[in-house]
Amino acid sequence: MKKFTTLTGVAAPMPLVNIDTDMIIPKLFLKTIQRSGLGKNLFDEMRYDRQGNEIPDFVLNQPQYRKAQILVAGDNFGCGSSREHAPWALLDFGIRCVISTSFADIFFNNCFKNGILPVVLPPEAVAHLMDDATKGENARITVDLESQVVTASDGTQFPFEVDAFKKHCLMNGLDDIGLSLEKVSAIDAFEARAKTQFPWL
Amino acid sequence: MSGQTLFQKLWDAHVVHVEPDGQTLLYIDRHLVHEVTSPQAFEGLKLARRMPRRVDAAVAVPDHNVPTTDRSKGIADPIARLQVETLDANCAEFGIREFRMDDVRQGIVHVIGPEEGLTLPGMTVVCGDSHTATHGAFGALAHGIGTSEVEHVLATQTLIQKKSKNMKVEITGKLRPGVTAKDITLAVIGKTGTAGGTGYVIEYCGEAIRDLSMEGRMTVCNMAIEGGARAGLIAPDEKTFAYCMGRPHAPKGAAWEAALAWWKTLYTDEGAHFDKVVTIRGEDIEPVVTWGTSPEDVLPIGATVPHPEDFTGGKVGAAQRSLEYMGLTPGMKLTDITIDAVFIGSCTNGRIEDLRAAAAVLKGRKIAPGVRGMVVPGSGLVRAQAEAEGLAQIFLDAGFEWRMAGCSMCLAMNPDQLAPEERCASTSNRNFEGRQGYRGRTHLMSPAMAAAAAVTGHLTDVRELMGETV
Repeated sequence: MKKFTTLTGVAAPMPLVNIDTDMIIPKLFLKTIQRSGLGKNLFDEMRYDRQGNEIPDFVLNQPQYRKAQILVAGDNFGCGSSREHAPWALLDFGIRCVISTSFADIFFNNCFKNGILPVVLPPEAVAHLMDDATKGENARITVDLESQVVTASDGTQFPFEVDAFKKHCLMNGLDDIGLSLEKVSAIDAFEARAKTQFPWL
Repeated sequence: MSGQTLFQKLWDAHVVHVEPDGQTLLYIDRHLVHEVTSPQAFEGLKLARRMPRRVDAAVAVPDHNVPTTDRSKGIADPIARLQVETLDANCAEFGIREFRMDDVRQGIVHVIGPEEGLTLPGMTVVCGDSHTATHGAFGALAHGIGTSEVEHVLATQTLIQKKSKNMKVEITGKLRPGVTAKDITLAVIGKTGTAGGTGYVIEYCGEAIRDLSMEGRMTVCNMAIEGGARAGLIAPDEKTFAYCMGRPHAPKGAAWEAALAWWKTLYTDEGAHFDKVVTIRGEDIEPVVTWGTSPEDVLPIGATVPHPEDFTGGKVGAAQRSLEYMGLTPGMKLTDITIDAVFIGSCTNGRIEDLRAAAAVLKGRKIAPGVRGMVVPGSGLVRAQAEAEGLAQIFLDAGFEWRMAGCSMCLAMNPDQLAPEERCASTSNRNFEGRQGYRGRTHLMSPAMAAAAAVTGHLTDVRELMGETV
C-alpha cells in the first residue's frame, strides 16, 4: 500500500450529499478481476455521456481539476455498496484524500486499506475548504496526517481526528494482514476454546 | 452492574485480542463469498503466498453476474463469465464449498446462507457485500466488508474492528393490514436518514418485530445498511429456532441442544444501555414508497411529491437533483406516478413469503398494458418452492416473466436492466441514480405494493386492492 504522509494539492468540490459508491464507480465496472485501471471510469455516469464523451460541466472534466488529488464532498460520502472498487477508482484517478462532514462506514474503512485518507471535519471547516476547492489551482489545500491538520489556502488550520492504528498503517504503508498474523497464537487459543464451547461452529 | 445488550454479548463471545485503545481482533465464524468482491482478495492471498485459514468457514456462490434466463449456454458477457469462472477456480483451488450456477441451491448469497443453515444465531458473519446485515435477523453479528477485509478474513479468520455504538429501534404494537416488513425498514430510514445509523449496530425490537416471520425480519435487517448501520440485529426466539432446525448445515442431536441452550441467552438484558433509541408505533406505519434517489426519500403512498424547499441544508440541492433525475413534479400525487416496469426479487424481498405476498395481490389479475414485470426468486430452492405452491403460475398468468435466481435488476450487473428513463416499481433496496440501469428510475416498495402497481400501472395503495383478494 502507498504511504500517506502529507499532501498539498488541488481539491475538487463535490458539494452533493449522499454521494454513493454506485456513483463513484457504476456496477458495469465491477466485473473486473483486477484492482487497477478503474480511474478512467471514476464517476462514469456523471462524467461521460452515453456516447462516452466528457460532460464539460462535471468537475473532474474541468481543466483545473483534471489532476485533483483531494475531493471536498457533501455529507455521507461513500454510502451504499461495500465495493472496494470505489477507493480503487479514486486512487487510480489520483485522489489521495477525501474531506467531508461524514462518511459511510464501509467506504471509510476501505479507504485506509488503499492509501487514501478520509478526513472528517465539522460543517464550517468543510464549507471553508469547499470554498477553496472552487478556486482550483488558486487555492491549494495541505493535508498533514502526522500532525492531523488540514491547512486551507489562507493558512487557516483545521485539526482532525484519526484512529491511531489506521494512521500508523497509512503513514507506513503497512499491510494489516501481516500485523494480524502476528497474533496467530491468540487466534489459535480462541479456536481451541471455541471448539469446546461452540462445537457446532 | 447493568445488563448487556445482544450486541455486547455477541461481541464479547468473539473477541480474540484487544489492544489498549480498544481495537479488537474479532473472530469470524462464517464467511460468505461471491464473484464480484473476491477475485482481488484471492489474488492478494496468492501474491503473498498465504493460505485460507479455515476453508470450512467459507461458502461461495455466484449471484451478481449470473443470467436469470436460460443458463444452458452459460454467461454471454465474456468479462462477467471470466469473473464467475475465477470464483469457480479459486474455490476449487482452495477447497471452498461453492454452489455453482447450475446447482439448484444457487441463489443470492444472503438468501442461501439462512436457507442452508449456514447462518445461525450467535455467529459472526461477514461477506464482501453491504447487505450482509440481512443475517442479523438470526441474532448473528453480520456485516458487509470490503475486498481487503475479505482477504484479511480468508488469511486470519478475523477482522480488525472497533466496537460500534449500539442503537435500539423499537417498533411497538401491531402493524395495520397491508403494512409489511419492507414498510417498517423504509419507515425507519425515512425517520433516521441514510446516515442516522453510521457508526452503530442497530437492534430492532418491539411487538411488531417479534410478530414478523424470519423472512420479514431478514427484510428489516437487510436494509440496516441503507440507514448507515453496518449491522442490524434481532434477538433469536422460537421462530428463529424453528426456522434453523433441520436445515442442511444446522447442528443436529446433542450439538443442536447445546447450541439452543446458548442461543436462548442471546437477548438484551433488562436495563441494558443503548447509545441511541428510536421508537416508532407500528400503527403509525403506512405502506410507503420512495420518490427520490436516496432510500431516505420515503413517503406514505397517500402523500404528494415534495418540493425542494421542504428540505434544509445540502438536502435542498439533492432533492432538486433527485426530482429532475426521477422526472417528477413537486406537488403531484404519488399515486399518479405511472410505471414501465416491476421488479420482484433481491436479497431484500426475494424469499418465499415475498413471492406469496405479491402473488396474493396478482391472483386472478393481469399486469397493466405496457408494463413489463419480472419475478426473480432469491434462490433456486425458493423458485422450486414457489412453483410447487402454484405461485409461479399466478405470476405467469398475470403476465410476469418467471426467472432464475440471482441479484438481477436489483443492481443490474447482468443483462436485467432498465432502459434510460424507464420507471420501475421495485422490491429491491437502492434507488440510487443508475442503480437499475443507466438513467433508470426506481421506486422502492414492498412486494405487495409492487404487485399492486403492476396491476394498475401506477403507484398504488395496495389496501385498495386487498379488499377483493384477502
